[in-house]
Amino acid sequence: MAVTSAADRVLDYDEAVAKFDPVMGLEVHVELHTATKMFCGCPTTFGAEPNSQVCPVCLGLPGALPVVNEKAVESAVRIGLALNCEIAEWCRFARKNYFYPDMPKNFQTSQYDEPIAFNGYLDVEVEDGSGGTEIFRVEIERAHMEEDTGKSLHVGGSTGRIHGAEYSLVDYNRAGIPLIEIVTKPIVGAGERAPEVAKAYVSALRDLLRALDVSDVKMEQGSMRCDANVSLRVRAGDDPRGDAQLAVPFGTRTETKNVNSLRSVERAVRYEMSRQAAILDEGGTILQETRHWHEDTGMTTSGRVKSDADDYRYFPEPDLVPVAPTRETVDELRGTLPEPPGLRRKRLQSEWGFSDLEMRDVVNARAVELIEETVAAGAGAAAAKKWWLGEPSRRANAEGQDLVSYAAGLGFAPAHVAELDRLVTSGRLNDSMARQVLDGVLAGEGTPTEVADARGLELVQDDSALEAAVDRVIDANPDIAEKIRGGKVQAAGALIGQVMKEMKGQADAGKVRALILARLS
Amino acid sequence: MSSLSREDVAHLAGLARIDLSDAELDKMVGELAVILESVAKVQQAPIADVAPMSHPMPLTNVTRPDVVRPGLTPDEALSGAPEQELGRFAVPRILDED
Amino acid sequence: MNTDLTRASAAELADALASKSISSVEVTQAHLDRIAAVDGQVHAYLHVDAEGALATARAIDERRAAGESLPTLAGVPIAVKDVMTTKGLPTTCGSRMLEGWIPPYDATVVRHIKAAGMPILGKTNMDEFAMGSSTEHSAYGPSRNPWDLERIPGGSGGGSSAVIASFQAPLATGTDTGGSIRQPAAVTGTVGTKPTYGGVSRYGLVALASSLDQAGPCARTVLDTALLHEVMGGHDPLDSTSIDAPVPPVVEAARRADVAGMRIGVVKELGGEGYQPGVRARFDEAVALLVERGAEVVEVSCPNFDYALAAYYLILPSEASSNLAKFDAMRYGMRVLPEGIDAPTAEQVMAATRDAGFGDEVKRRIILGTYALSSGYYDAYYGSAQKVRTLIAQDFARAYEKVDVLVSPTAPTTAFKLGDKLDDPMAMYLNDIATIPANLAGVPGMSVPSGVADEDGLPTGIQILAPATKDERLYSVGAALEQALLERWGAPILSRAPELGADLVKGA
Repeated sequence: MAVTSAADRVLDYDEAVAKFDPVMGLEVHVELHTATKMFCGCPTTFGAEPNSQVCPVCLGLPGALPVVNEKAVESAVRIGLALNCEIAEWCRFARKNYFYPDMPKNFQTSQYDEPIAFNGYLDVEVEDGSGGTEIFRVEIERAHMEEDTGKSLHVGGSTGRIHGAEYSLVDYNRAGIPLIEIVTKPIVGAGERAPEVAKAYVSALRDLLRALDVSDVKMEQGSMRCDANVSLRVRAGDDPRGDAQLAVPFGTRTETKNVNSLRSVERAVRYEMSRQAAILDEGGTILQETRHWHEDTGMTTSGRVKSDADDYRYFPEPDLVPVAPTRETVDELRGTLPEPPGLRRKRLQSEWGFSDLEMRDVVNARAVELIEETVAAGAGAAAAKKWWLGEPSRRANAEGQDLVSYAAGLGFAPAHVAELDRLVTSGRLNDSMARQVLDGVLAGEGTPTEVADARGLELVQDDSALEAAVDRVIDANPDIAEKIRGGKVQAAGALIGQVMKEMKGQADAGKVRALILARLS
Repeated sequence: MSSLSREDVAHLAGLARIDLSDAELDKMVGELAVILESVAKVQQAPIADVAPMSHPMPLTNVTRPDVVRPGLTPDEALSGAPEQELGRFAVPRILDED
Repeated sequence: MNTDLTRASAAELADALASKSISSVEVTQAHLDRIAAVDGQVHAYLHVDAEGALATARAIDERRAAGESLPTLAGVPIAVKDVMTTKGLPTTCGSRMLEGWIPPYDATVVRHIKAAGMPILGKTNMDEFAMGSSTEHSAYGPSRNPWDLERIPGGSGGGSSAVIASFQAPLATGTDTGGSIRQPAAVTGTVGTKPTYGGVSRYGLVALASSLDQAGPCARTVLDTALLHEVMGGHDPLDSTSIDAPVPPVVEAARRADVAGMRIGVVKELGGEGYQPGVRARFDEAVALLVERGAEVVEVSCPNFDYALAAYYLILPSEASSNLAKFDAMRYGMRVLPEGIDAPTAEQVMAATRDAGFGDEVKRRIILGTYALSSGYYDAYYGSAQKVRTLIAQDFARAYEKVDVLVSPTAPTTAFKLGDKLDDPMAMYLNDIATIPANLAGVPGMSVPSGVADEDGLPTGIQILAPATKDERLYSVGAALEQALLERWGAPILSRAPELGADLVKGA
């Protein structure tokens, strides 16, 4: 029975981690974006008319039978491989029996003691406390296949919440959508960084699943959902990874459900640590229970107490035959894996010649793919970075959008940036003119070339005027000219500036430099 | 061989979501005792080192392509519903979320 | 052919229809008339669809008149066990839980029947959710054995066997989880086959025990059974456990009826003590007749069959407890509000409905299965039962190294009296002792009439078992025996059953 209580007491976080060491277990459910459901041919489109994407199978009608979606198994194997897991040579589905109105058969077809993937890990990057980053390895217990449930709408009562509702309305469109549940082994040794590790893990997992192209991974739409198990044990020694600490037995854990944004993952773990610490600090005991995370208040509230009512009576699903991926199939699927996001970033950083700091800016701006495509379209990496992280990035931020969606919304593509860069390198535009062209492109006036044409932006190509200016400047600065003749080429900079001034900016600095050096060689 | 007490049977009925009356419970305790004694014979079979058999035919990897098949219309889906509203199945209030 | 169309075999009707000497409307109407005349006594149908059957019959007659080439059984009417979903026709499984439920889809078997152009006369009675051996567990009252209306027609498919035996349909479908096709056939003097597991699609069969359930044909002759087997069977992509191979050549085997050189094993463990003398006598004679026809007979031992009943009554309830969880008053079927509770929760409504909607036997098995799967007991019960299953499959495998088919009596006794075993579940379960091993191992089995017992004049059956996917062997043996017995008797066994009819009600 749920209890809606006043806010629980919490211990100050610093005090909590000074006294207790956290152990976490993260369970992430990911909806695959296959065309059809796990066990039937119904579509999986989000937001369709209620009960319009159902059939006898996913509605649990008497007599209907499941058949496994081939693509879902492939996706599960690919996820397992990307998480460095072993892939089962033979595994079965199992029925998890419990009654709930949004579950049409009153059992969930899932996997129990024979998951398709097991024993893996995911390396995630966390800050090392001195401005740099370090790798934290999160070990994966298993990844298994199962099906989603329907969705209930609670009617009556105050807020549309489940408590106090008079009745509920169920839509089974979501029932049977393929889910992969990814379960970590207990995450120990994170210490005070546990909330950060949790967030970094879910974030890295999301990037990985996106790179695999197996799920929409939209936490806000529920296509990726996280449950966080948290327990505390007393601190022993200074090092959360020290032998003394590792020897302390785990405490009683709670399972916080409904943690549906990256920020919430961090906040919920942090809150639960502070809440449990307050109880333990007073000599209390932690109740093994389900807790619900409330994004609005930033708190968890008590849900169902675990009991022997959780006897799910698992047994092998007799309506489905075992899944036995051949080693050839597994190897083939291994060949389809994208480069791991971490490695890929490292490779691109080195190809592009960016510093760590530059690369971090690019990653934070979500511009990795945009720059990659821009470079592929012919631009230099530095120029691509300069343009993307400049005006477009500033405007995206101002509108509260990420760069990718902002650019996509405007129809502003990597090809445009590459074209802009070409106009500069070919000598048609200089930097300040290119900025004006970019403004025009972002305003929807056309491609860079069209904007430059329409606005009449073009560097002076009449060499006689330029040559005359160069001659004048050389004559006016005999000392500098002599130095250049003597081989001090870097002295040309002073002359270039003067020529540009004479030309009122309508000249290509590179060309000016070339002309000066030619005269003085 | 353990026999089932009345409380055990009541617990099982709860798990199976059957609201057995007192009279039904009493009757079932006795009947189940007889049946359990008989089925416990499986434990006397020479089953040490024998692999369990969950499926009568040794098939594996039966799957279907990820292709949409026509299902039911919302009207067909809801045709058997004891109650419905707004194109959804109307069900009594749900005690707890999970 | 018999001038009474209801007495003709399906094969005879098919020939007469093909030659246009009769119409499907005539055949269908004759059976509807027969139903009207006798089903008040037999109570074999839960629902009769006269209009639908005649519409199909008319359509088939028109297509035939137009010169279209039609499937063999086109126009031959059939009765469908109420466990199979029929779009637009009620499907109750003999339970209050599904009273009035009209499925929005057809079972694959029903789809095949419709594609074959067979008018569906109606839905046949059965023990609730196929749990039982007598139809006494039907929520709609028992069906009666046409040989003696005070006796059971077998179960769970007693409606189908009674329909066949009382000439209310030439063909019917059945499902067999532990003998529900074969035992009713044996006690009504009819033929029934449980095909190899996976031979007939289970899609649209309301599941009792998924790993044991198998649909199959019921008829009065071995050839008719084979003809229907062919219609029902075949690979179905909607059933993951369906065998991806053509239907075995059952019709050809039934026509050839050849057992010369065949090795037949008599299962030592299925016979002897506990089997009624008349059942044993007819079985021994049947085996002797097969030897006369050129078969070689040996005794075979399958020692682990002794554990089959125990394993079966753990596996079946376990799977059933899960399969029947879907009946919860939320999406279809009955909804009962608990008494004395103001605003009941979904959980309370589920529990009240499941108490009111399920009969005693169903509740008993659900509770038993819930126990067998529950944490702490799984290994001792369900786990052990699955290991026994392996042993039984190994017994079969060893036996089939020596012989081509196995034989035994189908049921230990002839039809018992209604009410005799209703209060003794274990006594009821013992009816299936000979039929259960085939379901556990997934091998095919058939029951064919072997005669009538001297002591009570009621029909007895012989069971034939073959290796998985070798269903045709059942038909070779069954048809050979049927021929031999027909020669001896001079008339089909059902000619010895008493006449039913409206004018006989007071004598019944």
